Amino acid sequence: MIEIGLGHYLTLGAVIFSIGIIGIFLNRKNIIVILMSIELILLAVNINLVSFSMYLGDLTGQVFTLFILTVAAAEAAIGLAIIVVYYRNSGTIRVEEIDKLKG
Amino acid sequence: MIAHAIFFYVFSIIAVVSAIMVTVSKNTVHSVFFLILDFISISCLFIMIGAEFLGMIMLIVYVGAVAVLFLFVVMMLNVTQQKNQWFISKENSNHIPIGLLISVIIFFELIIVIGGWKYKPDLFDQGNLLIVNDVSNTHSLGMVLYTDYIHIFQISGMILLIAMIGAIVLTFRQREGVKKQSYLKQISRERAEGVEVVEVASNRGVKIDD
Repeated sequence: MIEIGLGHYLTLGAVIFSIGIIGIFLNRKNIIVILMSIELILLAVNINLVSFSMYLGDLTGQVFTLFILTVAAAEAAIGLAIIVVYYRNSGTIRVEEIDKLKG
Repeated sequence: MIAHAIFFYVFSIIAVVSAIMVTVSKNTVHSVFFLILDFISISCLFIMIGAEFLGMIMLIVYVGAVAVLFLFVVMMLNVTQQKNQWFISKENSNHIPIGLLISVIIFFELIIVIGGWKYKPDLFDQGNLLIVNDVSNTHSLGMVLYTDYIHIFQISGMILLIAMIGAIVLTFRQREGVKKQSYLKQISRERAEGVEVVEVASNRGVKIDD
């Protein structure tokens, strides 16, 4: 309990990952919160990679965390641009009312 | 060691509570603020574990760029004034228990994997990229990033460029009735259409702007 090992960090990553998935299912109000939940999931993956990298003594995990960071930033920018265009065209970003693709 | 444990528990409790608040808070602006708090506490954990370069980069990229982008979009789209009840209608809310079930199952799967996790000693190749203790974290990352991973580094730069172009193309629109500078019109002006040489009669003058 006092000795902080790899398992503590992995458990923290698992908790945040599950909270992100719950957020995707629970939030039906607007799609921005779903994007934020995706950011939480990527954050949990980053925690796992960095803690494995530090406890195994290998630097590769941190390098890949850096690339995940860039991909997450690009994904957030593109997703928010799509949301802005959709809101401009249809006036709403509620999840129930986004049904133009008939999904 | 005690201080390490105390700091770990403090930061992880802040991170988990703010992650929960991101998903359940009714105001979207509050969700963005809790997301910022989550990123800050996780980057404190990164700095504490020894990956200080990634912690600082997380602060710069997430808190400085991504969260501010979220905040701009939330405030621009005026979604905070929409009604923020969780479940709009009864038939739309039947996915909630399924979602909770799926995420609980995923959580327990992850816990089972972590609890029984033991890597084989020969599975992990202790050869390629060891962390050296007398070189700082930033230095060792820089040594690796521009030599071994240079192609992936350049590809990630291309991804950022494409994301930038895509965001501009998606949100760009041509408005009607906006006065703009037209470079083509400006450089293609001839002398003949700009200047007129007039023979001025003595004691009469010329009319301008007729």
